[in-house]
Amino acid sequence: MTTSTSLAPGQPVNTQQELRQRTLLGDAARRFARNKLALVGLFIVTALILTAIFADFIAPFPYDAADPVNALQFPSREHWMGTDEVGRDVYSRIVYGTRISLAVGLGVMAIALIIGIPLGLIAGLAGGPLDYIIMRVVEVFTAIPALMLALLLISVFGGGLYNVILALGIVAWLDACRLLRAQLLSLRERDFVLAAQTVGASKVRIAIRHLLPNAVAPLIVAVTIGIPVAIFAEAGLSFLGLGVNDPIPSWGKMVGNSLSYMRVYWYLGVFPTLAIAFTMLGFTFFGDGLRDAFDVSTNS
Amino acid sequence: MARYLLGRFAGILIVFFIVSVVVFLLMHAIPGGPYNEDKVPLSPEAKANYMRKYGLDRPLVEQYVLYMGNALRGDFGVPFQSPTETVTGLIARTWPVSASLGFAALLVAIPLGLLLGIIAATRQNTWLDYAASATSTLGLTVPNFVVAVWLVLLFAVQLKWLPTGGWGEWYHYIMPVVALALAPMALTARYTRTSILEVSRSDFIRTARAKGLSGRQIMTRHTLRNALIPLITVLGPQIPNLITGTIFIESIFRVPGLGKFFVTSILGRDYPMIMALLLLVAVVWSVVYLITDILYTIVDPRVRLGKSKS
Repeated sequence: MTTSTSLAPGQPVNTQQELRQRTLLGDAARRFARNKLALVGLFIVTALILTAIFADFIAPFPYDAADPVNALQFPSREHWMGTDEVGRDVYSRIVYGTRISLAVGLGVMAIALIIGIPLGLIAGLAGGPLDYIIMRVVEVFTAIPALMLALLLISVFGGGLYNVILALGIVAWLDACRLLRAQLLSLRERDFVLAAQTVGASKVRIAIRHLLPNAVAPLIVAVTIGIPVAIFAEAGLSFLGLGVNDPIPSWGKMVGNSLSYMRVYWYLGVFPTLAIAFTMLGFTFFGDGLRDAFDVSTNS
Repeated sequence: MARYLLGRFAGILIVFFIVSVVVFLLMHAIPGGPYNEDKVPLSPEAKANYMRKYGLDRPLVEQYVLYMGNALRGDFGVPFQSPTETVTGLIARTWPVSASLGFAALLVAIPLGLLLGIIAATRQNTWLDYAASATSTLGLTVPNFVVAVWLVLLFAVQLKWLPTGGWGEWYHYIMPVVALALAPMALTARYTRTSILEVSRSDFIRTARAKGLSGRQIMTRHTLRNALIPLITVLGPQIPNLITGTIFIESIFRVPGLGKFFVTSILGRDYPMIMALLLLVAVVWSVVYLITDILYTIVDPRVRLGKSKS
């Protein structure tokens, strides 16, 4: 059971003034700032976002400038991370790759929320037959292996970055919907809802003023934890050659291409895998930090 | 118990029926068919013959009823991508390879994870605890194909201790098993640690200490037994994914397992294979879930299946 109050039992409440100044967000920010791993995560995520925005200034070469004469060159002063099999600068491709990864992570979660929030709200608030139908749909989609479902959808839609994001979003909405429903079901039983009913608040008012705001923190946490999962899924699909097409610089695609050259040109595999690993770690630390800061239980 | 299991079984059948219809429609919604010109160069007459032979010229409803009817009698058809064998034969040939990797990974992951978790919990907030936690965070976060690439680069390319991949000798197991075991090991370690710390605060542990048991006795006889119960829920869902084959690991290490068919069957519009794989995964999931439910009643006498806690 998580409690919404931030005061530990036995901790003295100094003044009424101090109590009033504490807000959910303020508390969360204070707790977040005390968590070293969370700050590391915040740093990595900020760096990634800045890299994606300013990629044109950071990357020394365009991501698709092939130069067959200088193909497969080891890291040097000019090409920090070497060049790939058609002579493209690996460092520039990794810099531009942050755009793809972030677009996938944010795009997938946006689609997941667009589908998942309304359905989760209906299931959690309306209950009855609507709830039953929505949850059975969720169950059916969960029973299909995620990779197969994503591939089936990509095959139906056709490949390309946008369709990959759409397909992964359709796979990811299940979690958002289930989480929101579970949150609403447990919040409905809380004392503050009873209190609101006692003073005569309408059902709609309780839903909007009391239930939803309390379900927002867990949703934010779920989204930050879902971003690296989506990035991983895109990297995996592109690694298999089924996601984003060349010349778009997807880290997963770069790792997949590197396999045939690994015996000699080791650097082709090292740098994109490091980029994936750092991104995953950054978002995970950030997400875990947010979860601890908002004091959200992940078991729900 | 029997009534509960029967109810569960009926529920699984209904969900599977709907899933099979959804996937059947989805896979037929994919543009192109198994005998299109981009896959095999065939004359229109030969293509028509193949379509007739495998019933692909019939209405979708008829195709579905036909396939499911045959499947219930144990005939899953012929994989279009490998027409000289049956779907059953293909799965019987490749699944044991994937399953042996998966089970080997579990055999490595669970004991190591338990050990890491116990060390971290008993030496809470020491460098050992931090090292164990860092290992499990890395294991849970870094994707297994990234780990696999690093393993190949280090042990095959740089140190030349192991071949880059292949299958048939015992040493071919080493790198795929390590890459597969890392995530479940990390998960086990993390949950063991939290669970032990939680149980250690309970009253019966205080009682055990009060009656003078040694720390080791308390750990093995009281804490661990109770701390391991939630692990069943955590590890259960990991098992189906591990034993039905991981395409990333199998393609990096060139393991001839089942994993790649999850992708090639869809790319090749291999309808019988898609349906068979789906059925296989559904059955494995249901079996694993049933086993975890039953295991619960064995390790935790407080749990009774089919009775709601009122």
